[in-house]
Amino acid sequence: MALPKYTEPHYRVWHYIYLTICGAVFFFLIAPLFVIFPLSFNAEEFLSFSDGMKSLDPDAFSLRWYKDMIYGTKNPWGLAAKNSFIIAIFATIGSVILGTVAALGLSSRHMPYKGLIMAVLISPMIVPLIISGVAIFFFMAKAGLAATHTGIVLAHIILGTPFVVITVTATLSGFDHSVTRAAASLGSDPVNTFMKITLPLILPGVISGGLFAFVTSFDEVVVVLFLAGLENTTIPIQMWTGLREQLSPTILAVATCLIILSTLILVTAELLRRRSERLRGINQ
Amino acid sequence: MSSETKQILTTDGIPLEVSLKKAERKNKIKAFLLVAPLLFFLIITYVFPIGDMLFRSVDDKMVTQMLPKTFKAMETWDGKELPDEEVFAAFHEDFIKLVEDKREGKLSTQLNYTKNGFKSIIKKLRRASKKFEEGNYKEQIMAVHKRWADVEYWRAIQRRAPEFTGQKYLKGMDMYVNEEGKIVSVEEDRRIHRVLWLRTLEIAFFVTVFCFLMAYPIAHLLATLPMKYSNLLMICVLLPFWTSLLVRTASWMILLQQQGIVNDFFVGIGLVADDNRPEMMYNKTGSYVAMTQILLPFMVLPLYSVMKTISPSLMRAGKSLGGTPFVAFWKVYFPLTIPGIGAGCLLVFILAIGYYITPALVGGASGTLISNQIAFHMKSTLDWSFASAMGLMLLSGVLVIYWLYNKIVGIDNIKLG
Repeated sequence: MALPKYTEPHYRVWHYIYLTICGAVFFFLIAPLFVIFPLSFNAEEFLSFSDGMKSLDPDAFSLRWYKDMIYGTKNPWGLAAKNSFIIAIFATIGSVILGTVAALGLSSRHMPYKGLIMAVLISPMIVPLIISGVAIFFFMAKAGLAATHTGIVLAHIILGTPFVVITVTATLSGFDHSVTRAAASLGSDPVNTFMKITLPLILPGVISGGLFAFVTSFDEVVVVLFLAGLENTTIPIQMWTGLREQLSPTILAVATCLIILSTLILVTAELLRRRSERLRGINQ
Repeated sequence: MSSETKQILTTDGIPLEVSLKKAERKNKIKAFLLVAPLLFFLIITYVFPIGDMLFRSVDDKMVTQMLPKTFKAMETWDGKELPDEEVFAAFHEDFIKLVEDKREGKLSTQLNYTKNGFKSIIKKLRRASKKFEEGNYKEQIMAVHKRWADVEYWRAIQRRAPEFTGQKYLKGMDMYVNEEGKIVSVEEDRRIHRVLWLRTLEIAFFVTVFCFLMAYPIAHLLATLPMKYSNLLMICVLLPFWTSLLVRTASWMILLQQQGIVNDFFVGIGLVADDNRPEMMYNKTGSYVAMTQILLPFMVLPLYSVMKTISPSLMRAGKSLGGTPFVAFWKVYFPLTIPGIGAGCLLVFILAIGYYITPALVGGASGTLISNQIAFHMKSTLDWSFASAMGLMLLSGVLVIYWLYNKIVGIDNIKLG
């Protein structure tokens, strides 16, 4: 951001102080993530940079912890990853279906008690997770679903739907309802109209809501801590246990994989957001 | 046309007004039916269980049901002196039944919550009761242990007669009902919960302040830079936002440990001596640093979305009217960003007040929050009714903030990413 030539010197100083502060904050935000990356290739068992690593000695780096993550006999990462993906995928499907349908209803101008219902639907996002965890645990225990995949999937649907509801209602706010009326006047039934007209137009919102739901489920640990048995262990649970007992470099290898996954999700979400904004721009 | 109003009819002869109302109602039902699946799903699996927590937190039927005859006999007891034989006999009868069902252990745990010292005397009573002779139970029970002859313990039993109790809530605020039935605070050095509540508020408040101070300049930069630069910088905000909470906490554990990079750096620039590295983790500092970084994106995003809508010409207008850049900023720009500040601060505060994972990992004993206490009672002591009571106390606080949030920002205006 260039300053105009006529800027007085002391404002110039202020401007550079401001840029320095911004730089420091960005560094504070992003730098911690990059510490994990090199340390996960550490050949030794320590969680700090060895002298070899500082002098970029190739012998100081290894894939040892990645091998341990995949082949390690004691490591439950395989089971945890399988569980995490299964649970997250089903939770995402459930959240997306329930959330999108609800958002369609909520966006209708005929919806009665809109504010109140919206408050209920969003509440799992606002209520502290620990309280949600306790409440959901009581329900699942009564329903006999504690320590089952089904129970955890249902719990994650509860936590994921608010994100879908929010993103899809936001997309629908710029939605031109005359296109659905046009479809109806041409003889299309409501289901057909939804599949062929509405859904393709709101798809970016639906997918980005789905991404939120997926990440919420994939990263969720508080509720799972209450619900999971040994068989239902997930990646966050394993990381939680590992971090509490002993920080091993294997965890950093897992963490690196998770950062790569989140980068992919970020890129997808950004592309969708831009597409959605472009589409909305055309509609208005 | 005459001026008298004529009823307008639709083609099938029904008055338009009626027909319109019917259509409106049909639309309302249609909209509601779409929302219904999710609404009922959430009500059954989420809203009712929270209500169940409320019920559990005041529910005190267990002892009431274990000692039905005792409490019936106690109805006429004034509580001043030791109860008479009738109460002792009823208690004996209830107790024998509990021993038969092997439930006397539960009774002792429950009564111990009310008054310390019940555990051992109930064990003694169980052993002695096998040799009890019929009649004159008062003397036989009193002979088991001197506490059974202490009226305080009988009053403690009587206090458990009601089916509902608010004592878990009092306990959450370090208060209890004393022997005279007055609500008093526990001794100064045992007020652990008040310390935790205050610490939770303190950490949530300062984390919000730190987040605001750090987020404001970068949100401003992001909103004013040309698109191609700001999109690149936005990644610095969004990548942490999308990254697993545990990964981010792990990175702070590596950075803040005593042999960690931050300490290495401090030693390197000569700020601290190598053998005197400060403890930056497992205390409040750890909670502050990690929580601020983790919650920062939740402050940046609402601020950014508000600042993006402020036209730069407003600042120029302010300056052209004679204001210095500072005056223009303070009088023009800042007031316009207040909705974003409100949204961001409330969001961060709500999230911080219920934080569990990060304080549990980097907070140590002095950096844990009320959530950790709730989890502790859920998982370790299994005092679920107490966990429920504390959870609901926390929830009521959050709901007040949520309500404020709704008033100021509106739930419909929550934006993500």
